[in-house]
Amino acid sequence: MSEASRQVRQERLLYLLSPIGLIVLWQLAIQAGLGDRRFVPAPSDIAERFYLLCVSGELPWDTVVTLWRIIAGFVLGSIPGVALGLAMAMWRSVRIVIDPLIAALFPIPKLALMPLILLAFGFGETSKIVVVAIGAFFPVIVNAYAGAANIEKIYIDVARNYGASPRIMFTRVVFFGALPLIFAGLRVALAISFIIATAVEFVASKSGIGYLIWSSWELLQVDAMFVGIVTIGILGVITSTLFIELERFVIPWKAP
Amino acid sequence: MSVEPPRKGARIEIEGLARVFEGPRGSVQALTGIDLSIAPGEFLCIVGPSGCGKSTLLRILAGLDRQSSGRIKVDSANWAVENAMVFQESGLFPWMSVEQNVGFGLMTRGMPASERAPRVEAAMRLVGLTQFRRHFPHQLSGGMRQRGAIARAFVTDPAVLLMDEPFAALDAQNRTILQEELVRIWETTGKTVVYITHSIDEALFLGDRAAVMTAHPGRIKEIIDIPFPHPRNLMELSVTPTFGELKLKIWRVLEEEVNRARATGDQA
Repeated sequence: MSEASRQVRQERLLYLLSPIGLIVLWQLAIQAGLGDRRFVPAPSDIAERFYLLCVSGELPWDTVVTLWRIIAGFVLGSIPGVALGLAMAMWRSVRIVIDPLIAALFPIPKLALMPLILLAFGFGETSKIVVVAIGAFFPVIVNAYAGAANIEKIYIDVARNYGASPRIMFTRVVFFGALPLIFAGLRVALAISFIIATAVEFVASKSGIGYLIWSSWELLQVDAMFVGIVTIGILGVITSTLFIELERFVIPWKAP
Repeated sequence: MSVEPPRKGARIEIEGLARVFEGPRGSVQALTGIDLSIAPGEFLCIVGPSGCGKSTLLRILAGLDRQSSGRIKVDSANWAVENAMVFQESGLFPWMSVEQNVGFGLMTRGMPASERAPRVEAAMRLVGLTQFRRHFPHQLSGGMRQRGAIARAFVTDPAVLLMDEPFAALDAQNRTILQEELVRIWETTGKTVVYITHSIDEALFLGDRAAVMTAHPGRIKEIIDIPFPHPRNLMELSVTPTFGELKLKIWRVLEEEVNRARATGDQA
Protein backbone atom coordinates (compact mmCIF):
# COMPACT_ATOMS: atom_id res chain seq x y z
CA MET A 1 0.00 0.00 0.00
CA SER A 2 2.73 2.51 1.02
CA GLU A 3 4.82 1.27 -1.90
CA ALA A 4 2.03 2.21 -4.26
CA SER A 5 1.44 5.61 -2.67
CA ARG A 6 5.15 6.40 -2.85
CA GLN A 7 5.10 5.60 -6.52
CA VAL A 8 2.15 7.94 -6.97
CA ARG A 9 4.09 10.72 -5.21
CA GLN A 10 7.10 10.09 -7.40
CA GLU A 11 5.00 10.26 -10.52
CA ARG A 12 3.50 13.56 -9.38
CA LEU A 13 7.01 14.99 -8.86
CA LEU A 14 8.04 13.86 -12.33
CA TYR A 15 4.90 15.52 -13.62
CA LEU A 16 6.31 18.89 -12.49
CA LEU A 17 9.81 18.24 -13.76
CA SER A 18 9.38 19.01 -17.46
CA PRO A 19 7.68 22.44 -17.12
CA ILE A 20 10.16 23.55 -14.42
CA GLY A 21 13.09 22.37 -16.52
CA LEU A 22 11.79 24.33 -19.50
CA ILE A 23 11.52 27.54 -17.45
CA VAL A 24 15.04 27.16 -16.08
CA LEU A 25 16.44 26.65 -19.58
CA TRP A 26 14.56 29.69 -20.82
CA GLN A 27 15.90 31.91 -18.04
CA LEU A 28 19.47 30.72 -18.64
CA ALA A 29 19.17 31.29 -22.38
CA ILE A 30 17.93 34.88 -21.99
CA GLN A 31 20.60 35.69 -19.41
CA ALA A 32 23.21 34.27 -21.75
CA GLY A 33 22.13 36.96 -24.21
CA LEU A 34 20.13 34.84 -26.61
CA GLY A 35 17.16 36.83 -27.92
CA ASP A 36 16.06 40.43 -27.47
CA ARG A 37 14.76 40.94 -23.95
CA ARG A 38 12.21 43.53 -25.14
CA PHE A 39 10.45 40.95 -27.27
CA VAL A 40 11.26 37.76 -25.39
CA PRO A 41 11.20 38.51 -21.67
CA ALA A 42 12.95 36.23 -19.17
CA PRO A 43 10.79 34.18 -16.78
CA SER A 44 11.98 36.50 -13.98
CA ASP A 45 10.58 39.54 -15.87
CA ILE A 46 7.30 37.77 -16.34
CA ALA A 47 7.22 36.80 -12.67
CA GLU A 48 7.80 40.41 -11.67
CA ARG A 49 5.01 41.66 -13.92
CA PHE A 50 2.81 38.83 -12.65
CA TYR A 51 3.34 40.08 -9.10
CA LEU A 52 2.61 43.70 -10.04
CA LEU A 53 -0.58 42.78 -11.90
CA CYS A 54 -1.69 40.70 -8.93
CA VAL A 55 -1.13 43.51 -6.47
CA SER A 56 -2.96 46.02 -8.65
CA GLY A 57 -5.94 43.64 -8.66
CA GLU A 58 -6.03 43.63 -12.44
CA LEU A 59 -5.01 40.00 -12.91
CA PRO A 60 -7.28 38.52 -10.19
CA TRP A 61 -10.24 40.34 -11.69
CA ASP A 62 -9.46 39.21 -15.23
CA THR A 63 -9.04 35.66 -13.95
CA VAL A 64 -12.40 35.70 -12.23
CA VAL A 65 -14.10 37.09 -15.33
CA THR A 66 -12.55 34.50 -17.65
CA LEU A 67 -13.13 31.60 -15.27
CA TRP A 68 -16.76 32.56 -14.92
CA ARG A 69 -17.20 32.55 -18.69
CA ILE A 70 -15.43 29.20 -18.98
CA ILE A 71 -17.34 27.49 -16.20
CA ALA A 72 -20.74 28.90 -17.09
CA GLY A 73 -20.28 28.04 -20.76
CA PHE A 74 -18.88 24.60 -19.97
CA VAL A 75 -21.80 23.70 -17.71
CA LEU A 76 -24.35 25.19 -20.08
CA GLY A 77 -22.96 23.17 -23.00
CA SER A 78 -22.15 19.91 -21.21
CA ILE A 79 -25.50 19.17 -19.62
CA PRO A 80 -27.51 19.10 -22.85
CA GLY A 81 -24.52 17.37 -24.48
CA VAL A 82 -24.70 14.46 -22.04
CA ALA A 83 -28.50 14.28 -22.14
CA LEU A 84 -28.77 14.35 -25.93
CA GLY A 85 -25.83 12.00 -26.43
CA LEU A 86 -27.45 9.39 -24.20
CA ALA A 87 -30.82 9.96 -25.85
CA MET A 88 -29.22 9.34 -29.24
CA ALA A 89 -28.01 5.96 -28.01
CA MET A 90 -31.38 5.08 -26.50
CA TRP A 91 -33.63 6.13 -29.38
CA ARG A 92 -32.79 5.61 -33.00
CA SER A 93 -35.10 8.43 -34.09
CA VAL A 94 -33.22 10.96 -31.96
CA ARG A 95 -29.97 9.82 -33.52
CA ILE A 96 -31.34 10.14 -37.04
CA VAL A 97 -32.42 13.71 -36.35
CA ILE A 98 -29.25 14.84 -34.57
CA ASP A 99 -26.49 13.01 -36.46
CA PRO A 100 -26.50 15.24 -39.57
CA LEU A 101 -26.62 18.37 -37.41
CA ILE A 102 -23.49 17.28 -35.56
CA ALA A 103 -21.76 16.39 -38.81
CA ALA A 104 -22.52 19.84 -40.23
CA LEU A 105 -22.00 22.03 -37.16
CA PHE A 106 -19.12 20.36 -35.29
CA PRO A 107 -16.40 21.35 -37.80
CA ILE A 108 -17.44 25.03 -37.96
CA PRO A 109 -14.97 27.13 -35.94
CA LYS A 110 -17.14 28.42 -33.13
CA LEU A 111 -15.54 31.85 -33.36
CA ALA A 112 -17.00 32.14 -36.86
CA LEU A 113 -20.38 32.11 -35.16
CA MET A 114 -19.47 35.06 -32.94
CA PRO A 115 -21.01 37.79 -35.14
CA LEU A 116 -24.21 35.79 -35.35
CA ILE A 117 -24.26 35.30 -31.61
CA LEU A 118 -23.55 38.97 -30.98
CA LEU A 119 -26.59 39.75 -33.12
CA ALA A 120 -28.70 37.30 -31.19
CA PHE A 121 -27.51 37.93 -27.63
CA GLY A 122 -25.99 41.39 -27.72
CA PHE A 123 -22.59 42.53 -26.46
CA GLY A 124 -23.07 41.46 -22.83
CA GLU A 125 -21.82 38.43 -20.96
CA THR A 126 -24.47 36.14 -22.44
CA SER A 127 -23.00 36.07 -25.91
CA LYS A 128 -19.54 35.10 -24.59
CA ILE A 129 -20.94 32.30 -22.44
CA VAL A 130 -23.05 31.02 -25.32
CA VAL A 131 -20.06 30.65 -27.66
CA VAL A 132 -18.17 28.71 -25.01
CA ALA A 133 -21.24 26.54 -24.42
CA ILE A 134 -21.56 25.74 -28.11
CA GLY A 135 -17.90 24.74 -28.23
CA ALA A 136 -18.22 22.53 -25.16
CA PHE A 137 -21.42 20.90 -26.36
CA PHE A 138 -20.04 18.96 -29.34
CA PRO A 139 -17.26 16.85 -27.82
CA VAL A 140 -19.59 15.97 -24.95
CA ILE A 141 -22.51 14.85 -27.12
CA VAL A 142 -20.25 12.80 -29.40
CA ASN A 143 -18.56 11.03 -26.49
CA ALA A 144 -21.73 10.47 -24.49
CA TYR A 145 -23.30 8.85 -27.52
CA ALA A 146 -20.24 6.71 -28.24
CA GLY A 147 -20.05 5.65 -24.60
CA ALA A 148 -23.68 4.64 -24.39
CA ALA A 149 -23.82 3.00 -27.81
CA ASN A 150 -20.75 0.84 -27.19
CA ILE A 151 -21.55 -0.61 -23.79
CA GLU A 152 -20.54 -4.24 -23.70
CA LYS A 153 -23.45 -6.36 -24.82
CA ILE A 154 -23.21 -8.66 -21.83
CA TYR A 155 -24.31 -5.86 -19.47
CA ILE A 156 -27.39 -5.21 -21.57
CA ASP A 157 -28.10 -8.96 -21.62
CA VAL A 158 -27.72 -9.22 -17.85
CA ALA A 159 -30.01 -6.26 -17.27
CA ARG A 160 -32.65 -7.67 -19.60
CA ASN A 161 -32.46 -11.17 -18.12
CA TYR A 162 -32.77 -9.75 -14.62
CA GLY A 163 -35.90 -7.83 -15.48
CA ALA A 164 -34.63 -4.25 -15.79
CA SER A 165 -37.25 -1.74 -16.90
CA PRO A 166 -36.22 0.85 -19.51
CA ARG A 167 -35.81 3.36 -16.69
CA ILE A 168 -33.46 1.12 -14.72
CA MET A 169 -31.66 0.16 -17.91
CA PHE A 170 -30.99 3.85 -18.48
CA THR A 171 -30.19 5.05 -14.96
CA ARG A 172 -28.28 2.02 -13.65
CA VAL A 173 -26.69 0.47 -16.72
CA VAL A 174 -26.41 2.71 -19.78
CA PHE A 175 -25.51 5.88 -17.87
CA PHE A 176 -22.80 4.26 -15.77
CA GLY A 177 -21.50 2.24 -18.68
CA ALA A 178 -21.10 5.47 -20.66
CA LEU A 179 -19.58 7.44 -17.78
CA PRO A 180 -15.88 6.84 -18.56
CA LEU A 181 -16.33 8.14 -22.10
CA ILE A 182 -18.57 10.98 -20.91
CA PHE A 183 -15.69 12.08 -18.71
CA ALA A 184 -13.27 11.86 -21.61
CA GLY A 185 -15.64 14.14 -23.53
CA LEU A 186 -15.92 16.55 -20.61
CA ARG A 187 -12.14 16.87 -20.38
CA VAL A 188 -11.90 17.74 -24.05
CA ALA A 189 -14.81 20.17 -23.64
CA LEU A 190 -13.08 21.89 -20.73
CA ALA A 191 -9.93 22.46 -22.78
CA ILE A 192 -12.01 23.77 -25.67
CA SER A 193 -13.84 26.10 -23.27
CA PHE A 194 -10.50 27.64 -22.30
CA ILE A 195 -9.50 28.11 -25.92
CA ILE A 196 -12.79 29.65 -26.96
CA ALA A 197 -13.16 31.89 -23.92
CA THR A 198 -9.68 33.36 -24.47
CA ALA A 199 -10.20 33.80 -28.19
CA VAL A 200 -13.56 35.49 -27.67
CA GLU A 201 -11.96 37.92 -25.27
CA PHE A 202 -9.44 38.85 -27.99
CA VAL A 203 -12.15 40.07 -30.28
CA ALA A 204 -15.26 40.92 -28.35
CA SER A 205 -14.44 41.88 -24.81
CA LYS A 206 -12.95 44.59 -22.64
CA SER A 207 -12.15 42.25 -19.77
CA GLY A 208 -10.70 38.85 -19.04
CA ILE A 209 -7.34 37.22 -19.59
CA GLY A 210 -7.81 37.06 -23.34
CA TYR A 211 -8.31 40.82 -23.35
CA LEU A 212 -5.21 41.22 -21.16
CA ILE A 213 -3.15 39.24 -23.66
CA TRP A 214 -4.48 41.07 -26.69
CA SER A 215 -4.31 44.60 -25.29
CA SER A 216 -0.78 43.99 -23.97
CA TRP A 217 0.25 42.85 -27.41
CA GLU A 218 -1.19 45.99 -28.95
CA LEU A 219 0.78 48.11 -26.45
CA LEU A 220 3.84 45.91 -26.97
CA GLN A 221 3.92 45.01 -23.28
CA VAL A 222 5.28 41.60 -24.02
CA ASP A 223 5.83 40.62 -20.39
CA ALA A 224 2.19 41.35 -19.51
CA MET A 225 1.15 39.34 -22.54
CA PHE A 226 3.15 36.41 -21.24
CA VAL A 227 1.55 36.83 -17.82
CA GLY A 228 -1.82 36.27 -19.49
CA ILE A 229 -0.59 33.23 -21.39
CA VAL A 230 1.01 31.72 -18.29
CA THR A 231 -2.12 32.37 -16.24
CA ILE A 232 -4.21 30.46 -18.75
CA GLY A 233 -1.72 27.61 -18.57
CA ILE A 234 -1.78 27.55 -14.77
CA LEU A 235 -5.59 27.60 -14.72
CA GLY A 236 -5.56 24.78 -17.22
CA VAL A 237 -3.31 22.63 -15.04
CA ILE A 238 -5.37 23.36 -11.90
CA THR A 239 -8.73 22.58 -13.48
CA SER A 240 -7.39 19.51 -15.24
CA THR A 241 -5.97 18.19 -11.96
CA LEU A 242 -9.23 18.89 -10.14
CA PHE A 243 -11.01 17.13 -12.94
CA ILE A 244 -8.88 14.00 -12.63
CA GLU A 245 -9.60 13.92 -8.89
CA LEU A 246 -13.30 14.34 -9.60
CA GLU A 247 -13.14 11.49 -12.08
CA ARG A 248 -11.47 9.26 -9.50
CA PHE A 249 -14.25 10.10 -7.08
CA VAL A 250 -17.11 9.62 -9.55
CA ILE A 251 -15.70 6.54 -11.33
CA PRO A 252 -14.05 4.56 -8.52
CA TRP A 253 -14.49 1.30 -10.42
CA LYS A 254 -12.25 2.37 -13.26
CA ALA A 255 -9.08 0.34 -12.92
CA PRO A 256 -6.15 2.68 -12.18
CA MET B 1 -27.45 -36.89 4.58
CA SER B 2 -28.83 -34.79 1.77
CA VAL B 3 -31.34 -32.14 2.71
CA GLU B 4 -34.67 -32.40 0.92
CA PRO B 5 -35.24 -29.13 -0.94
CA PRO B 6 -38.35 -27.16 0.04
CA ARG B 7 -39.86 -27.31 -3.45
CA LYS B 8 -38.83 -28.36 -6.90
CA GLY B 9 -38.01 -26.00 -9.74
CA ALA B 10 -40.01 -25.70 -12.92
CA ARG B 11 -40.65 -28.36 -15.55
CA ILE B 12 -39.45 -27.30 -18.98
CA GLU B 13 -40.97 -28.72 -22.17
CA ILE B 14 -39.34 -27.87 -25.48
CA GLU B 15 -41.02 -29.06 -28.68
CA GLY B 16 -39.73 -28.81 -32.23
CA LEU B 17 -37.66 -25.76 -31.48
CA ALA B 18 -35.71 -24.21 -34.35
CA ARG B 19 -33.73 -21.03 -34.81
CA VAL B 20 -32.66 -19.67 -38.16
CA PHE B 21 -30.34 -16.68 -38.41
CA GLU B 22 -30.79 -14.61 -41.54
CA GLY B 23 -27.46 -13.24 -42.69
CA PRO B 24 -26.14 -11.40 -45.72
CA ARG B 25 -24.89 -14.72 -47.13
CA GLY B 26 -28.11 -16.67 -46.70
CA SER B 27 -29.67 -18.20 -43.66
CA VAL B 28 -27.97 -20.34 -41.03
CA GLN B 29 -29.85 -23.09 -39.28
CA ALA B 30 -28.52 -22.64 -35.74
CA LEU B 31 -30.97 -24.99 -34.07
CA THR B 32 -33.33 -27.54 -35.52
CA GLY B 33 -35.83 -30.05 -34.17
CA ILE B 34 -34.97 -29.57 -30.50
CA ASP B 35 -37.24 -31.72 -28.33
CA LEU B 36 -36.40 -31.74 -24.67
CA SER B 37 -38.29 -32.46 -21.51
CA ILE B 38 -36.59 -31.35 -18.32
CA ALA B 39 -38.01 -32.55 -15.01
CA PRO B 40 -38.63 -30.21 -12.07
CA GLY B 41 -35.43 -29.92 -10.07
CA GLU B 42 -33.33 -31.66 -12.67
CA PHE B 43 -29.73 -30.67 -13.39
CA LEU B 44 -29.41 -30.97 -17.15
CA CYS B 45 -26.09 -30.44 -18.84
CA ILE B 46 -25.90 -29.62 -22.51
CA VAL B 47 -22.57 -30.72 -23.99
CA GLY B 48 -21.38 -29.92 -27.44
CA PRO B 49 -18.64 -28.40 -29.55
CA SER B 50 -18.54 -24.66 -30.14
CA GLY B 51 -20.96 -23.57 -32.82
CA CYS B 52 -23.51 -26.27 -32.08
CA GLY B 53 -26.10 -23.74 -30.97
CA LYS B 54 -26.07 -24.56 -27.26
CA SER B 55 -25.67 -20.93 -26.26
CA THR B 56 -28.46 -19.94 -28.63
CA LEU B 57 -30.73 -22.48 -26.96
CA LEU B 58 -29.91 -21.06 -23.56
CA ARG B 59 -30.44 -17.48 -24.72
CA ILE B 60 -33.86 -18.44 -26.02
CA LEU B 61 -34.69 -20.00 -22.64
CA ALA B 62 -33.43 -16.79 -20.98
CA GLY B 63 -35.68 -14.63 -23.15
CA LEU B 64 -32.69 -12.91 -24.77
CA ASP B 65 -33.41 -14.43 -28.19
CA ARG B 66 -36.45 -15.90 -29.92
CA GLN B 67 -36.99 -19.19 -31.63
CA SER B 68 -37.98 -19.18 -35.30
CA SER B 69 -40.45 -21.99 -34.69
CA GLY B 70 -41.40 -24.48 -31.99
CA ARG B 71 -42.70 -24.13 -28.46
CA ILE B 72 -41.27 -23.75 -24.99
CA LYS B 73 -43.33 -24.28 -21.89
CA VAL B 74 -41.89 -23.43 -18.49
CA ASP B 75 -44.16 -24.35 -15.65
CA SER B 76 -43.09 -21.72 -13.13
CA ALA B 77 -46.45 -20.65 -11.74
CA ASN B 78 -45.31 -21.10 -8.12
CA TRP B 79 -42.26 -18.93 -8.58
CA ALA B 80 -41.93 -15.18 -8.66
CA VAL B 81 -39.01 -15.29 -11.06
CA GLU B 82 -38.93 -17.70 -13.98
CA ASN B 83 -35.23 -17.83 -14.68
CA ALA B 84 -31.89 -16.26 -13.91
CA MET B 85 -28.78 -16.65 -16.01
CA VAL B 86 -25.13 -16.94 -15.06
CA PHE B 87 -23.01 -15.79 -17.97
CA GLN B 88 -19.66 -17.03 -19.18
CA GLU B 89 -17.78 -13.93 -18.10
CA SER B 90 -19.47 -13.04 -14.85
CA GLY B 91 -21.14 -9.96 -16.31
CA LEU B 92 -21.07 -8.27 -12.92
CA PHE B 93 -21.54 -4.54 -13.49
CA PRO B 94 -18.12 -2.91 -12.96
CA TRP B 95 -19.76 0.20 -11.48
CA MET B 96 -21.61 -1.63 -8.74
CA SER B 97 -20.21 -3.11 -5.55
CA VAL B 98 -20.55 -6.84 -4.96
CA GLU B 99 -23.54 -6.13 -2.74
CA GLN B 100 -25.29 -4.00 -5.34
CA ASN B 101 -24.56 -6.54 -8.05
CA VAL B 102 -25.98 -9.39 -6.01
CA GLY B 103 -29.10 -7.39 -5.22
CA PHE B 104 -29.62 -6.23 -8.82
CA GLY B 105 -32.34 -8.75 -9.72
CA LEU B 106 -34.29 -7.79 -6.60
CA MET B 107 -33.89 -4.06 -7.20
CA THR B 108 -35.18 -4.35 -10.78
CA ARG B 109 -38.25 -6.10 -9.45
CA GLY B 110 -38.99 -3.23 -7.12
CA MET B 111 -38.14 -4.83 -3.79
CA PRO B 112 -37.46 -2.16 -1.15
CA ALA B 113 -33.87 -1.98 0.13
CA SER B 114 -34.82 -3.10 3.64
CA GLU B 115 -36.25 -6.35 2.30
CA ARG B 116 -33.37 -6.86 -0.10
CA ALA B 117 -30.65 -6.60 2.53
CA PRO B 118 -31.21 -9.91 4.38
CA ARG B 119 -31.62 -11.85 1.14
CA VAL B 120 -28.49 -10.34 -0.37
CA GLU B 121 -26.68 -11.11 2.88
CA ALA B 122 -27.75 -14.75 2.75
CA ALA B 123 -26.77 -15.11 -0.90
CA MET B 124 -23.35 -13.59 -0.28
CA ARG B 125 -22.86 -15.94 2.68
CA LEU B 126 -23.81 -18.88 0.47
CA VAL B 127 -20.87 -18.17 -1.85
CA GLY B 128 -18.47 -16.76 0.77
CA LEU B 129 -18.40 -13.15 -0.37
CA THR B 130 -19.66 -11.34 2.73
CA GLN B 131 -16.24 -9.83 3.43
CA PHE B 132 -16.10 -8.38 -0.06
CA ARG B 133 -19.50 -6.68 -0.09
CA ARG B 134 -18.07 -3.22 -0.77
CA HIS B 135 -15.52 -4.36 -3.34
CA PHE B 136 -15.87 -3.61 -7.00
CA PRO B 137 -15.64 -6.53 -9.46
CA HIS B 138 -12.21 -5.43 -10.74
CA GLN B 139 -10.88 -5.92 -7.21
CA LEU B 140 -11.93 -9.59 -7.19
CA SER B 141 -10.36 -12.68 -8.74
CA GLY B 142 -12.09 -14.43 -11.63
CA GLY B 143 -13.37 -17.14 -9.29
CA MET B 144 -14.81 -14.62 -6.86
CA ARG B 145 -16.53 -12.77 -9.66
CA GLN B 146 -18.23 -15.99 -10.74
CA ARG B 147 -19.31 -16.58 -7.14
CA GLY B 148 -20.85 -13.13 -7.24
CA ALA B 149 -22.64 -13.97 -10.47
CA ILE B 150 -23.98 -17.17 -8.91
CA ALA B 151 -25.17 -15.29 -5.83
CA ARG B 152 -26.86 -12.72 -8.07
CA ALA B 153 -28.75 -15.55 -9.78
CA PHE B 154 -29.72 -17.42 -6.63
CA VAL B 155 -30.86 -14.34 -4.71
CA THR B 156 -33.84 -13.87 -7.02
CA ASP B 157 -34.94 -17.45 -6.20
CA PRO B 158 -35.65 -18.37 -9.82
CA ALA B 159 -37.53 -21.51 -10.89
CA VAL B 160 -34.82 -22.22 -13.44
CA LEU B 161 -31.13 -21.46 -13.32
CA LEU B 162 -29.48 -21.04 -16.72
CA MET B 163 -25.72 -21.34 -16.82
CA ASP B 164 -23.58 -20.68 -19.90
CA GLU B 165 -20.16 -22.25 -19.31
CA PRO B 166 -19.82 -20.22 -16.13
CA PHE B 167 -16.49 -21.74 -15.07
CA ALA B 168 -14.83 -22.03 -18.49
CA ALA B 169 -12.47 -19.12 -17.86
CA LEU B 170 -11.25 -20.36 -14.46
CA ASP B 171 -8.17 -22.41 -13.66
CA ALA B 172 -8.65 -26.11 -12.90
CA GLN B 173 -8.55 -25.86 -9.09
CA ASN B 174 -10.95 -22.97 -8.90
CA ARG B 175 -13.24 -24.69 -11.33
CA THR B 176 -13.43 -27.86 -9.23
CA ILE B 177 -14.08 -25.88 -6.05
CA LEU B 178 -16.85 -23.87 -7.68
CA GLN B 179 -18.38 -26.96 -9.29
CA GLU B 180 -18.56 -28.58 -5.88
CA GLU B 181 -20.09 -25.48 -4.34
CA LEU B 182 -22.63 -25.23 -7.12
CA VAL B 183 -23.69 -28.86 -6.62
CA ARG B 184 -23.94 -28.30 -2.88
CA ILE B 185 -26.13 -25.22 -3.32
CA TRP B 186 -28.25 -26.87 -5.98
CA GLU B 187 -28.87 -29.93 -3.78
CA THR B 188 -30.40 -27.74 -1.09
CA THR B 189 -32.48 -25.50 -3.34
CA GLY B 190 -33.98 -28.01 -5.79
CA LYS B 191 -33.92 -25.65 -8.74
CA THR B 192 -34.08 -26.83 -12.31
CA VAL B 193 -30.69 -26.13 -13.85
CA VAL B 194 -29.76 -26.00 -17.51
CA TYR B 195 -25.99 -25.94 -17.69
CA ILE B 196 -24.01 -25.48 -20.87
CA THR B 197 -20.49 -26.83 -21.18
CA HIS B 198 -18.09 -28.14 -23.75
CA SER B 199 -16.36 -30.27 -21.12
CA ILE B 200 -17.54 -33.89 -20.86
CA ASP B 201 -16.04 -34.18 -17.37
CA GLU B 202 -17.97 -31.17 -16.17
CA ALA B 203 -21.23 -32.54 -17.55
CA LEU B 204 -20.65 -35.86 -15.75
CA PHE B 205 -19.69 -34.14 -12.50
CA LEU B 206 -22.72 -31.94 -12.37
CA GLY B 207 -25.61 -33.36 -14.34
CA ASP B 208 -28.47 -35.78 -13.81
CA ARG B 209 -28.52 -36.11 -17.57
CA ALA B 210 -26.35 -34.87 -20.39
CA ALA B 211 -27.85 -33.79 -23.70
CA VAL B 212 -25.16 -34.14 -26.34
CA MET B 213 -25.50 -31.62 -29.16
CA THR B 214 -23.95 -31.60 -32.61
CA ALA B 215 -23.50 -28.75 -35.06
CA HIS B 216 -24.62 -27.84 -38.61
CA PRO B 217 -27.48 -27.82 -37.94
CA GLY B 218 -27.49 -27.67 -34.15
CA ARG B 219 -29.56 -30.48 -32.71
CA ILE B 220 -29.61 -32.91 -29.82
CA LYS B 221 -27.93 -36.14 -30.87
CA GLU B 222 -28.35 -38.16 -27.71
CA ILE B 223 -29.44 -37.83 -24.10
CA ILE B 224 -27.40 -39.78 -21.57
CA ASP B 225 -28.42 -40.57 -18.01
CA ILE B 226 -25.81 -39.92 -15.36
CA PRO B 227 -26.55 -42.33 -12.53
CA PHE B 228 -24.24 -40.97 -9.80
CA PRO B 229 -26.03 -40.36 -6.50
CA HIS B 230 -25.93 -37.07 -4.58
CA PRO B 231 -24.12 -35.67 -2.71
CA ARG B 232 -21.24 -36.14 -5.10
CA ASN B 233 -17.55 -35.96 -4.46
CA LEU B 234 -16.18 -34.93 -7.81
CA MET B 235 -12.63 -36.17 -7.38
CA GLU B 236 -13.73 -39.60 -6.16
CA LEU B 237 -16.30 -39.76 -8.92
CA SER B 238 -13.70 -39.16 -11.59
CA VAL B 239 -11.84 -42.41 -10.81
CA THR B 240 -14.86 -44.76 -10.93
CA PRO B 241 -15.25 -47.13 -13.90
CA THR B 242 -18.74 -45.85 -14.68
CA PHE B 243 -17.35 -42.35 -15.09
CA GLY B 244 -14.83 -43.58 -17.61
CA GLU B 245 -17.44 -45.54 -19.56
CA LEU B 246 -19.81 -42.58 -19.75
CA LYS B 247 -17.02 -40.27 -20.75
CA LEU B 248 -16.09 -42.57 -23.61
CA LYS B 249 -19.72 -42.93 -24.64
CA ILE B 250 -20.20 -39.16 -24.92
CA TRP B 251 -16.85 -38.78 -26.63
CA ARG B 252 -17.87 -41.33 -29.29
CA VAL B 253 -20.94 -39.26 -30.11
CA LEU B 254 -18.89 -36.08 -30.39
CA GLU B 255 -15.98 -37.76 -32.19
CA GLU B 256 -18.25 -38.90 -34.99
CA GLU B 257 -19.38 -35.33 -35.36
CA VAL B 258 -15.88 -33.89 -35.29
CA ASN B 259 -14.71 -36.32 -37.95
CA ARG B 260 -17.69 -35.56 -40.12
CA ALA B 261 -17.04 -31.83 -39.83
CA ARG B 262 -13.39 -32.37 -40.71
CA ALA B 263 -14.29 -34.43 -43.79
CA THR B 264 -16.77 -31.87 -45.15
CA GLY B 265 -14.33 -29.11 -44.24
CA ASP B 266 -11.65 -30.74 -46.41
CA GLN B 267 -14.01 -30.94 -49.34
CA ALA B 268 -14.86 -27.29 -49.15
